[in-house]
Amino acid sequence: MDFTLNDEQRMYQDAVRNFCEREIAPFAAEIDKSGQLRMDAIAKMPDLGLTGLQVPEEYGGADLDSICTAIAMEELGAVCGSTGLSVEAHNELCCLPIVKWGTDEQKQRFLPRLTSGEVLGSLALTEPDAGSDLTGTQTRAVKDGSEWVINGSKAWITNASLAPVIVTLVKTQPDAGSAGFSQMLIETDRAGLEIAPPEKKMGTCASPAHVLTFTDVRVPVENLLGQEGRGLHQTLATLDSGRIAVGALCVGLARAAFQHALAYTQERQAFGQRLVDHQAIQFKLADAATQIEAARLLVYRAAWAKDRGEKYTRLASMAKLFASEIVESIAFEAIQIHGGYGYSREFPLERIYRDQRVMSIGEGTSEINRIVIARQLLAN
Amino acid sequence: MHVVVITKSVPDTEATVTVDGSGNVSWGDKLVINPWDEYAITEAILLKGAHNVTATIMTIGPDEHKEALKHGLAIGCDQAIQVWDAALEGHDSLAYATAAAAAINKLGDVDLVIFGKELSDIASDIHVFQTARKLGWTALGSVAKIDAIDFGAKTIQVQRLVEQGIQVVTSQLPAVISVIKDINEPKYPTFIGIRKAAKADMPLWDSAELGLSADDLAAPVKVTGYRELPKREGAVQMIDGASAAEQAATLADKLLEEKVL
Ligand SMILES: Cc1cc2nc3c(=O)[nH]c(=O)nc-3n(C[C@H](O)[C@H](O)[C@H](O)COP(=O)(O)OP(=O)(O)OC[C@H]3O[C@@H](n4cnc5c(N)ncnc54)[C@H](O)[C@@H]3O)c2cc1C
Repeated sequence: MDFTLNDEQRMYQDAVRNFCEREIAPFAAEIDKSGQLRMDAIAKMPDLGLTGLQVPEEYGGADLDSICTAIAMEELGAVCGSTGLSVEAHNELCCLPIVKWGTDEQKQRFLPRLTSGEVLGSLALTEPDAGSDLTGTQTRAVKDGSEWVINGSKAWITNASLAPVIVTLVKTQPDAGSAGFSQMLIETDRAGLEIAPPEKKMGTCASPAHVLTFTDVRVPVENLLGQEGRGLHQTLATLDSGRIAVGALCVGLARAAFQHALAYTQERQAFGQRLVDHQAIQFKLADAATQIEAARLLVYRAAWAKDRGEKYTRLASMAKLFASEIVESIAFEAIQIHGGYGYSREFPLERIYRDQRVMSIGEGTSEINRIVIARQLLAN
Repeated sequence: MHVVVITKSVPDTEATVTVDGSGNVSWGDKLVINPWDEYAITEAILLKGAHNVTATIMTIGPDEHKEALKHGLAIGCDQAIQVWDAALEGHDSLAYATAAAAAINKLGDVDLVIFGKELSDIASDIHVFQTARKLGWTALGSVAKIDAIDFGAKTIQVQRLVEQGIQVVTSQLPAVISVIKDINEPKYPTFIGIRKAAKADMPLWDSAELGLSADDLAAPVKVTGYRELPKREGAVQMIDGASAAEQAATLADKLLEEKVL
């Protein structure tokens, strides 16, 4: 067993950290207020592979391993939850299914644009009346000659307003149970697709999430992604990979909260001592450092299993579940350590606290991830 | 056509430097590329893009400086060379320049050597000019822009930042230049560069390889110790006054009194 990053992974970590510190961190508070992602920073990402982490190089991607992907996500999470979430959704939820199930023609058609840094991709699963239970998906696609006609609506769709194409889960055969769903590539300039203004959210405020309405949207049959009837299966596999990345974002957010707290405890005085000299405060720091280490190990463990081609559904859910729960408590304690200043919009902790909150909801709630883990345990 | 950037790893500018009672300095354990060299490398990569030159990154130093070499490769340099020899242990800028010039001469076809403005750890740029002197080439310091470069005609025109403003200079190639922040926006490493750097084979040239003897590399100047400066005492005074103008006047008086102005 070897817990060290190889040369390439270590250099990649340094390079992404440096990029994030210069291009993203200085603007994180500003974009949280304005609600606008900084597309200038996204435009600089392709050279570092951040817009095509696991996309083959021939389509403008970097073809990196899952450890490097986790590294990139941790670094993004550490500086800006909004940018992290949008780049995560782009890579994991849009690029990956196209890489995995797209035909050569579909890859040619969509991936070079998606990796260009000018856009971010999107995946639409959730509906106003169906979230965790994807078999409740109502958005319907009906074949009409050489086209699919799509009707329905989706909710909370990250990046939709920035995307050239949305991978969309639709029902293609109503009476076929879990085999009645398919993934459809729907370009955002198709007539009949309406993208509502971004939701007003608690956190990740610059990462836009939208309601989508499909009214007789027509796409050619060539836009079916993967196999007809395998949409649910493809979606669950997509989420497996995404969960590792969300876990990594959480590690980044937790690390940032911890570092702020660690620094502050060495400056602030109370009762004639620095905060850090109070043992009760040291315990908080020790717990946080331990949790971050454990979460990162789980994330790397899942990424490692994925790269080795092993089954990693259970590990990915564990990584996401654990990391999204420890980041909540670490952000909470970091605010606690800052006292009143922790509650101020002038300091980054308040933003980190809001940004991390979605991590135990999106891409499988904590409850759903517990169900996934338990099912895997009971299956054996 | 060949451009060489000479670089070095230095302590992180955010590292705390401490000096103990016996004058031993500790820099912290994290080394980064000399920040000025990011501009030098970027300029070499820009020249590479525009003129199809080979860009080589070189360091005169022990293994910890390989990190700076890898950084250069990760940004896009074609090859990296480490120059080091036990005889260079404790070297001064003159010994450094001797080794650098010998390595440039060994490459043979170099048109331009680019340094960052200075080394951020010792705040010195003398090695730049000594290297040029050893090569017998023109030295152009504090270059803010390369206006024109013609590798065929072997000429270069640059803008140098001087105290009075901008000086426009033309010179023959080969030349040695040092660059300042105005020259470009530093490029970031690319994943392609990183992949290459991680696998790169970086030759080590020692004194035998450079045809130098231990005497050639002996350092006339020896650093015998470092001392910490006495801590400065600071004090805060709030300036009162009915208006900003009145406060400013009081402030100006006080500054004059203290001979700050
Ligand atoms: C900022 C943000 C971005 C998002 N981006 C996207 C996106 O890009 N694409 C997309 O498709 N969706 C996106 N979502 C939606 C997200 O994936 C869903 O909100 C999530 O899957 C939960 O679904 P739901 O909101 O419908 O909650 P519900 O499914 O209604 O669940 C409500 C609660 O009940 C619990 N629950 C449900 N079933 C069970 C059960 N069997 N046992 C125990 N508890 C249960 C849940 O855990 C939850 O606590 C995003 C959401 C947010 C907030």
